[in-house]
Amino acid sequence: MSTLKQSRVASKKGKINWARSQEADYFANTVKLYRQGKYDSDSFRRFRLQHGAYGTRLADDYAMVRIKLPAGEIYPHQLDKISQLSEQFSIGSAHFSTRENIQLHWVVLEDVSEIFRGLAEVGLTSREACGNSVRNVMCSPLSGVCPEEEFDATPYALATARFFLRNPMAQNLPRKFKFNFTCCEKHGMVRMVDVGLIPQIKQHDGFNQKGFKIFLGGGLGNKSYVGHQLEEFTPEEDLLYTSIAVMRIFDRLGDRKNLARNRMRYLVADMGWEKFQNLVLKERAVVKATQSVVTKLNVDYTPTEIKRPVRITDETGSSPEGYARWLKGNTFKQKQSGYHSVFITLEAGDITSNQLHVLSELIQDFSAEGLARAGFTQNISLRYVHEADLPQLYLKLINSGLAKSGSLTMAAPIGCSGTTSCNLALTNSHRLAKEIQRKFLELKLDEDDDLRESSIKISGCPNSCGQHGIATIGFFGGGGRVDKDMYPNYMMQLGGRSDNETMLGVSCLRVPAKRVIPMILKIIELFKQNKKPEDDLKSWIHRVVNGIDDSDISSIDDLKKILLPLTIPPSKAEDPDFYADYGSDSSYHTKTGKGECAA
Amino acid sequence: MRSLSQEKIVKITTDVDTLRSEIRDKSVRVIDVRREDDYKQSHIPNAVNLPLATLLSDDSPERVIKLVNSMGIDDETPVVVYDDTFGALASRVAWTMEYLGHSDVSLLETTYSNWKSMGLENDNLIPEIQSKVHSMKLNSNILATSDYLESAKGKEGVILVDNRERLNYLEQHIPGAISLPYRTLATNGKILRPKEDMKRLLDNRGITGESEIITYCGSVGTLSGLAYYALKSVGLPNAKLYVRSFKEWKSLSKPTEKQQDANYWDLSAE
Repeated sequence: MSTLKQSRVASKKGKINWARSQEADYFANTVKLYRQGKYDSDSFRRFRLQHGAYGTRLADDYAMVRIKLPAGEIYPHQLDKISQLSEQFSIGSAHFSTRENIQLHWVVLEDVSEIFRGLAEVGLTSREACGNSVRNVMCSPLSGVCPEEEFDATPYALATARFFLRNPMAQNLPRKFKFNFTCCEKHGMVRMVDVGLIPQIKQHDGFNQKGFKIFLGGGLGNKSYVGHQLEEFTPEEDLLYTSIAVMRIFDRLGDRKNLARNRMRYLVADMGWEKFQNLVLKERAVVKATQSVVTKLNVDYTPTEIKRPVRITDETGSSPEGYARWLKGNTFKQKQSGYHSVFITLEAGDITSNQLHVLSELIQDFSAEGLARAGFTQNISLRYVHEADLPQLYLKLINSGLAKSGSLTMAAPIGCSGTTSCNLALTNSHRLAKEIQRKFLELKLDEDDDLRESSIKISGCPNSCGQHGIATIGFFGGGGRVDKDMYPNYMMQLGGRSDNETMLGVSCLRVPAKRVIPMILKIIELFKQNKKPEDDLKSWIHRVVNGIDDSDISSIDDLKKILLPLTIPPSKAEDPDFYADYGSDSSYHTKTGKGECAA
Repeated sequence: MRSLSQEKIVKITTDVDTLRSEIRDKSVRVIDVRREDDYKQSHIPNAVNLPLATLLSDDSPERVIKLVNSMGIDDETPVVVYDDTFGALASRVAWTMEYLGHSDVSLLETTYSNWKSMGLENDNLIPEIQSKVHSMKLNSNILATSDYLESAKGKEGVILVDNRERLNYLEQHIPGAISLPYRTLATNGKILRPKEDMKRLLDNRGITGESEIITYCGSVGTLSGLAYYALKSVGLPNAKLYVRSFKEWKSLSKPTEKQQDANYWDLSAE
């Protein structure tokens, strides 16, 4: 690693241009044709989704533009551009998703092409971020810096994204298709996606061979499944053949009629894993044998240049207030000695346009790799920050409202967009996540080591965009009713996880929206009363939901009995607020539009 | 000569180099619309100060004509206005001059901060001004009142444009208005996009030549004043400013519309 210092002038640009600038004109013209009635609405919707513009809650004239960040990588000039675009065409803020996209909401349909134009200036695209295509290829934000990883999967994630983007074979799949690359078993997220990959090195005749553990057929949704490992080891040269083989099978056999069951995980579940596994292995042999030219991933092995930025001011002085708490909850010690990855806490993924601009500056001033990485949990990380620079970075983050604690802890819940913009949402999951975060930080629960590895994830409907199925405590929205009066309600699931022991949360109770926070605090209280010395919340809940704990609460039924009283609705006269969702003064009612996932 | 003077009429912004040479030639009156304190610290050489608040405290034509006279402006004086608020305050002043019947008024293409950061001339000298006499020929074609708006807004060929931020628009707007937030009008370092760029943006939104276009914003016609000049910059001939804007509309309890059934505010990171 070089100890050379670089100046601000040498701001890095991405090596891959994901954009095609002509797509902006094409989109603008198509919108005009659609408005003139020369394009039917179904075809237009497919076209719009293919280009990354999603519909907006009960509002035909607005779209959400989902900008892909392949492998989560984002460069300073790209953040600046998105900052500008969010101010001009969205609501002055942007949103980090759970899949390393940045979303601009409430964009006028006629302005979408202007956003494409701006993105193309900085090499970004939203192409195939929605619709039945290969969605953003994710990679762990710790890939390359995680002490547990065997090698850095980032170049493979980028190469995979590059191979499938605009690839004819991925333009009309039965349904969307997702790849997740990760760093290691612990940081996981590979058994709950169509194709999940963990880098692995195998000793082979005295030399090290790179390859992957590949998991297939997992996924979160209305019905979720855990993926299966294809084979013990897949060498890197088989990575692309395997990906193509899996997609070919899905393309051929996937359910194109039944919209509710057309993700690949249903195909795998219906067929049975062994049969699917055999098909994939056979198909891969066919793919290999029939490629007319050698098809290879274009993997860029050039190592990232690491240059610690020049420090502008003096670094001495006592550490600022709140620094220790932030350091503990927001930074990750890299395998590279002296360097940390800093995770920025966002409220349910939201960030202002001004903060995006500040981040762009901070990357240039503090990250020795000169870019940032979007994370798995609606957040963003600055990596390769030298430990001596951390206090200064913290001060800068405070000044821009980005220094909230707890981004790597249970105090940073995930909330999908919910009724803030989604057609399908039943509840305001987005605001609920923010309310929980505020409460957790107020109670300083981010500092509690017992809670650190646990998570809270909330979806506004059963469709799992908020990934509730893999949360220690997960919620998905619905409506409850007392006589004629409706109230916002959540199904609570416990014990979900996405690491090497990936399992889906077990349904526990329906919890009214306004009782979710007391419910979580009650569970923490019960855990503290019943835990064993070596326990944390995650391990305790794991035993309870699996019925293998030996304390007073030995099963989920025991837990239910204790928690049930918290879920009983008061009358509307007693507590009218109970009958309104977060962010709303009026009485709750469910109202949804048509989902577009399946279009 | 005639064609030249007509060209002048459609000049919406004045570029930095042109203004510098006009200042050297003393062939222009420059108005700085920032607060008096800011002006006293530094300003473009020879600029006079007309803080927007001073204008707004009473913007009746009788009062404004006195202000104009005291700034040494007569019917023939070319005027360039600047601010440090992305051109919105300058636009409001420029529009007011136009309303009085002054045709030769334009906006500096950039803000004072940018002017300074480019290292261009500035000083803190207060120029001595000889008062002049300006005529009053009210140009009521460019003004929309609430009554006018109410009668016009349903009509075919009339487009109502809301220049406030998107969230404000979603929350409440005049029925039938389209949302074109003021931030969309600027580009890097310039208060208005280049003509082709602006034209494409407006074309996409269906804001085109044949229509009568009325702009409004939150309270005093600044953001929508900038939009008024954005429309003029692409040659749209029939633009009007609803200068009292949404504040008056609401105080008159006229009908409004909102985007229902969505908690969009909770998506904002403010």
